[in-house]
Amino acid sequence: MTLAEEFPTWAALLVSMLLLLGTSLSLTGSLGLLRLRNFYQRVHAPTLGATLGAGCLLFASMIFFSVLQTRPIVHEVLIAVFVTVTTPITLMVLVRAAVHRDRSEGNLDELDRSKTSNQSGR
Amino acid sequence: MNRWLPFPLLSACLLVMWLLLNQTLSAGQILLGGLLALLGGWLLTALQPATGRVRNPRAIVTLAFLVLIDIIRSNIAVAAIILVPRPRSVTSGFLNIPIDMRNRYGLAALACIITATPGTLWVQFNPRNGTLMIHVLDLVDEGIWIDTIKCRYERLLLEIFE
Repeated sequence: MTLAEEFPTWAALLVSMLLLLGTSLSLTGSLGLLRLRNFYQRVHAPTLGATLGAGCLLFASMIFFSVLQTRPIVHEVLIAVFVTVTTPITLMVLVRAAVHRDRSEGNLDELDRSKTSNQSGR
Repeated sequence: MNRWLPFPLLSACLLVMWLLLNQTLSAGQILLGGLLALLGGWLLTALQPATGRVRNPRAIVTLAFLVLIDIIRSNIAVAAIILVPRPRSVTSGFLNIPIDMRNRYGLAALACIITATPGTLWVQFNPRNGTLMIHVLDLVDEGIWIDTIKCRYERLLLEIFE
């Protein structure tokens, strides 16, 4: 296959390392959804995939296609920008909804206790 | 700015976005992108957004660099919390931080930064008394987190936007 022959070794190594790192981070984030205890802790986990995980994958894609086509390919930057700008909205809506539910059900003493103590855990 | 180009920065960003999407610098696409950028600026006037101005471009570079380092550091920290055998022992909780910034663009940027760093989460901002409530996954020392948000991010954001 011509593609594998033409692709330089250093770029192949770099791309595969970045891909491995990015996918491992995303997998770790998904694992966190399983392993962490309450909703507020679990919400933190997927941000691994949305930040450094996605960053590694996009960087790998940029290197791969730039080397393959021997010209700079950088439109992956747009994905990074839009992901960074839009994730806060989703997360805020989710967390505000959870806080609202917990407040109305009266089981959010940790919210009001947080002014004096840092202990959580329901 | 004026009637033809009410939001020069936004129009420039739209043009760059268009050229990046099309992966080209050909005259035709620049013309088309420029048209789109002008149209975008005019459409935005209908929304009447609050006027904002970037005062210190150099602080943006400093802030971007700091945030990048923090994102990498907190990614490692959160991954470590998830991968240790017993994640149940982690202490997480809500934290109230007094914020001096009132600029809407600055607050939006702060929200992006806090959300983009794993381990911290923007919960709500109360504009009346200026307290920001965040949720921290690994809340060992409140002082460190308040220090990070106030001295590392808010100081630079105040320099940029106010």
